[in-house]
Amino acid sequence: MPRVSLFVTCIVDQVFPQVGLAMAGVLDRAGCEIEFREAQTCCGQPAFNSGYRREARTVAEYFLQVFEDADYIVVPSGSCASMIAHHYAELFDAGDTRIAGLASRVWEFSRFLVDVLHVEDVGARLERVATYHDGCHALREMRTKEAPRRLLEHVRGLRLAEMDAAEECCGFGGTFSVKFPEVSGGMARTKIDSILRSGAEIVVSTDSSCLMQIQGVLSRAGTGVRTMHLAEVLDSR
Amino acid sequence: MAEPYQHKIANALGDPKLQLAIYSATGRLADGRRRTVSTEAFPDYQELRQHAHEIKKHTLNHLDFYLQELERNVEARGGRVIWARDGQEARAFIRNLARERATNLIVKSKSMTTEEIHLNEHLAQDGIEAVETDLGEYILQLAGEKPFHIIAPALHKTREDIAHLFERRLHAAHETTPERLTAIARAALREKFLEAGIGITGANFLVADSGMVVLVENEGNARLSCSAPRIHVAVSGIEKVIPRAQDLGVFLNLLGRSATGQPLSVYTSFLSGPRREGELDGPEEFYLVLLDNGRTKVLADAEKRQSLYCIRCGACLNNCPVYRKIGGYSYPWVYSGPIGKILTPQFMGVHQDPWLPFASSLCGACAEVCPVKIEIPKILLALRAEITEAGIQKGGMVEKLAFRMWAWLMRHPRIYERVAPVAAAAASRLPRAGPLKAWLSQRDLPPLARRSFRQLWRERRK
Ligand code: SF4
Repeated sequence: MPRVSLFVTCIVDQVFPQVGLAMAGVLDRAGCEIEFREAQTCCGQPAFNSGYRREARTVAEYFLQVFEDADYIVVPSGSCASMIAHHYAELFDAGDTRIAGLASRVWEFSRFLVDVLHVEDVGARLERVATYHDGCHALREMRTKEAPRRLLEHVRGLRLAEMDAAEECCGFGGTFSVKFPEVSGGMARTKIDSILRSGAEIVVSTDSSCLMQIQGVLSRAGTGVRTMHLAEVLDSR
Repeated sequence: MAEPYQHKIANALGDPKLQLAIYSATGRLADGRRRTVSTEAFPDYQELRQHAHEIKKHTLNHLDFYLQELERNVEARGGRVIWARDGQEARAFIRNLARERATNLIVKSKSMTTEEIHLNEHLAQDGIEAVETDLGEYILQLAGEKPFHIIAPALHKTREDIAHLFERRLHAAHETTPERLTAIARAALREKFLEAGIGITGANFLVADSGMVVLVENEGNARLSCSAPRIHVAVSGIEKVIPRAQDLGVFLNLLGRSATGQPLSVYTSFLSGPRREGELDGPEEFYLVLLDNGRTKVLADAEKRQSLYCIRCGACLNNCPVYRKIGGYSYPWVYSGPIGKILTPQFMGVHQDPWLPFASSLCGACAEVCPVKIEIPKILLALRAEITEAGIQKGGMVEKLAFRMWAWLMRHPRIYERVAPVAAAAASRLPRAGPLKAWLSQRDLPPLARRSFRQLWRERRK
């Protein structure tokens, strides 16, 4: 039984706790031994992306301490997983033992299911037309492209209707969304045009931060399309 | 108070005609690229990109060696190399040459490097007319504007815009088909080609082992600019050198595809100096101006050095969701888009426009399409770190303090657990200001969960 330590990102913890619970439920049913370390907080990405490397490093050090002896660290976010798996290397010396092998221990949720557990059918059921948004860091840094789609294809009752701009950024970008709100909003509106063209009822992704942006614009535009994290879809029965 | 760049961004976003023009033109270029680099169309693409990256890396790590080899070979073929530390030295050479050869008319083909040093404006002050012969550049010269895009400089102009411009500036009839518009420009330019004493071009590649200048274009005007006038001057950044003629196979295969979705551009000229005895064409004199203008400063930084690998294909612009919203004129320098975002702070210094590296969602689309694999997001992050370190961005002090406090809180989970909901509740009751206001200006905000994940988890375990 693989031992999985959940890393529930700060945004999931505070805003979308149901996503964390759903991920735990799916992994549990897939036969993992799950733990949640209560001392965990954030991966440090907000500081890193804003240029505050010292602050990012102290938070990263804290993260490494909390998860020191964890086997697999599974994350409901491609962006946060990439921060840990790839960008920590830019915060520590090359020879630092604390980050050695980190990239093989930290997994974005959908790829952990498909590539580590070799599970594509988690027994979910959801009667919806869904479209999938490729989060930029999930796609380009964590190589998450096939896994979420395979998982969605096995959800009973669900039809996947790909949008034409699946790989285009939603415009969130962390503090970018509030430093350049009009640009960010414009990008999101381009994204939702594509979502609406697909005819989907729900937008699914691996990242709650993208979904917060997309949902925010979808509801501001008065559309009935809703967003759901992949974990929530896979936890539907 | 809104800053000038914010006005420019707002103008671009608020102009639906411009938005459509940018979107369709960049979309067409991006689609063309995607088709020609697909695995079916070009199976070796990824390997070739890596190879191009390695060649650039090697060359820039040994730039002194290759530049000297280039100089020897250019001079062996009867050309002359001029080393220009900055724009002023480059311009002075060209001005003096024009004076010595008693000409005050120059024809030019498209060159971002000469845009970078504002060559035309300075020559005009000295009474020398420099005429752009690339159609897009010619349109902009008539309109008195700067390039909007690295490879498609007049991308923002509609045919109707151009028709009006030609009517006004050339007293031409009102024509709106591309063929007729091109014919009007061609007729106006033909005389210039015949009269000009000097032709100036840029350079796409400089080949060290053969002293060759390689020009890539689609209109044939560059070829004419370097062969019709008696004198040819090529102005190039020092980073354009590649070691061997055989390396061209790598770069030419990538450039046309990445830029316009052409397996090869229409014209590729391999120029090796002035006309020699027995040769039928070519200029009588050839000069290669090698421009530093800040490049050695970029070279000095081992991490950011890769910014100089750029072959100016424009793919990163076409695929950038930010460029596609804000357009070329929102950027502070002639180089726009993702590549401009990393070149400008390094050439001009981070103090000049500290907002620039932050104007990115870090989506990584640029790095994904870059034919020489420049890690643009990584460089943006490094620049952001330099800027916050120097504390020069707007609201920098407050932000720094906020991140200090945040970092402390993130290491104290029990306090964080209690503080987070209180802070959020307080923020939502405050007058809508700062980040919250910015967020709500564009979209709705979900409420915080009544209970956090950690609380729910604890309850479940009981
Ligand atoms: S950075 Fe790369 S993609 Fe952008 S213009 Fe230069 S070579 Fe092309």
